[in-house]
Amino acid sequence: MRTKLTLAGLLACSLSVLPTAFAADVDVFNGQSGTINIAGGTAHIPVMKQAAKSIMKSNHQVRVTIAGGGSGVGAKQVAKGLVDIGNTGRPLKPGEAKHGLVSFPFAIDGVAIIVNPHNPVQGLTQKQVSDIYAGIITNWQQVGGENRDINLFTRDEASGTRSVFVKKLLHKSPVINSANVVPSNGAMKTAIARDPGAIGYSSVGYIDNTVKAPMLDKVKPTNEACASGEYPVVRKLYMNTKGEPQGLTRKFIDYIYSADGAKFIQESGYIPVSKS
Amino acid sequence: MMAERLQQICSAVVLILILALFGFLFWFALPVFINPNSSTFSLAWQPEQGQFGILSMLAASCLLGLVALIIALPVALGVCGFCQLEQYKKYSVWIRRLIRFMAGIPTVVYGIAAVFLLVPFIRETFNQGSGFSLLAASLMLVLLILPVMVMVLDAYCQPLTARLSQTAASMGFTSPQLLFHVTLPAAKPAICSAALLGFSRAIGDTLLPLMLAGNAPQLASSLFDSVRALTAHIGLVIATEHGSAEYNSLFAAGFLLLCINLFITLSVRKLGQSQQQGAGKKVRSDLALATTQVTNVNTSINTQSCSDNRQTT
Repeated sequence: MRTKLTLAGLLACSLSVLPTAFAADVDVFNGQSGTINIAGGTAHIPVMKQAAKSIMKSNHQVRVTIAGGGSGVGAKQVAKGLVDIGNTGRPLKPGEAKHGLVSFPFAIDGVAIIVNPHNPVQGLTQKQVSDIYAGIITNWQQVGGENRDINLFTRDEASGTRSVFVKKLLHKSPVINSANVVPSNGAMKTAIARDPGAIGYSSVGYIDNTVKAPMLDKVKPTNEACASGEYPVVRKLYMNTKGEPQGLTRKFIDYIYSADGAKFIQESGYIPVSKS
Repeated sequence: MMAERLQQICSAVVLILILALFGFLFWFALPVFINPNSSTFSLAWQPEQGQFGILSMLAASCLLGLVALIIALPVALGVCGFCQLEQYKKYSVWIRRLIRFMAGIPTVVYGIAAVFLLVPFIRETFNQGSGFSLLAASLMLVLLILPVMVMVLDAYCQPLTARLSQTAASMGFTSPQLLFHVTLPAAKPAICSAALLGFSRAIGDTLLPLMLAGNAPQLASSLFDSVRALTAHIGLVIATEHGSAEYNSLFAAGFLLLCINLFITLSVRKLGQSQQQGAGKKVRSDLALATTQVTNVNTSINTQSCSDNRQTT
């Protein structure tokens, strides 16, 4: 009986300690108030959302707003001072950096080919992918699939995912103009999930069971393969601020680099990068 | 006196704003126009290879407008004609209500329904391409422009039929005879205005082509090809780096759109004027009525699709 009570007491103690122990990272926002506006790359959104949720749950005085728009929008809006943090899925271009932007890489993300889950193709080579996107291969049969036309999907001109894909997977070989263009990672996934003949590409963080990521040159595009460098089509995800971040924005960026942030990054399907 | 003065000032302000809009777009498009190395007026859009041609987008816009018009015009004539027939009066009330209701539906609702119903249907039925196509976007544009066209036609035909019905009846005309031999032939200018307005509305819409046409920057060779309209192009490219060649092509695209719209508006005006000179006073009053109706329709459209307009301007 006594031991039971002691155990119960211990349990109660540990339970009361637990939440505070876990919430330590988010505690920096205690007593703070204000708004943090974030816009840009759509690959970043899952991470930003989780961080925002956790902050706003622990402190109702802080509001975090998150908008998409793509890397181009992120860089442009933060340079104009419209948002506090502009997200890009690529390093800043010289024209963007000259506005005094500071970049904070926080995660590594792979860009993977995605196809419909009903597509029997298990793997492709880089050569096959660039032939498909150049319009040389037009039927799934030519790469070991069923007899079905290939429907190409690509991203819009402002997309960071697109620039990584073209640079690191296609090696700058052209994309045929008949490819459909979709404006976000989410729209890409929806389009591929509904079309059995489709091929597209998206951030590894967006891949779930509604789409299938075939192997590229016999490497499965997983987080581990991206981190080890075995999977070649990777990029960093950046947060950008105009000048050195101050106040709440600084705290938010530090929070993304904290243990909590690393957890959110992993849960979103990316690999955390420590602050340099 | 005061009111007149106020009117003058207001119209001057509006005129200056419109001129400023033209000036602004032309000023920003100017480097694209005068640069001999600029590839803007070519067919190839390959930003990674340094080619930024927007002519295929212009062709796509016109094609989308035309296909939508070819489908919508007979339907609009049919609906309007049906509403004029005496024996279907109790249905025509409901049809007019439905058409007015349709005019208020946001295009994004059509777009999202089409993405989940029409696009897979086209893909599976015709087995060509992904379903995101000229055809899908045109079909939804038909729904978009139909209310405008029906309302313009109806505003012209309804009073005409009402005024002529007794005379026609006394001469032994049945109501279909009145419709086919008097009302519709007399409604030619209204049919033309309805067609032009429908076309310009189809060209100006952004969301439906962006969501449904597939946005591939190419010349379409069939209805099942994916195409990119000028408006959708602006929507897609506006997010690129400020000052880049992609970004500059926006202004040329905006300027082209504005020119098309101006041309159509002037044509509608011209139609109205020529009709006024040729016909008697009564027709003139009908036309005036129709024109006010057109303006009303336009204002209601402008307020509901101001997001579209913001992108095109």
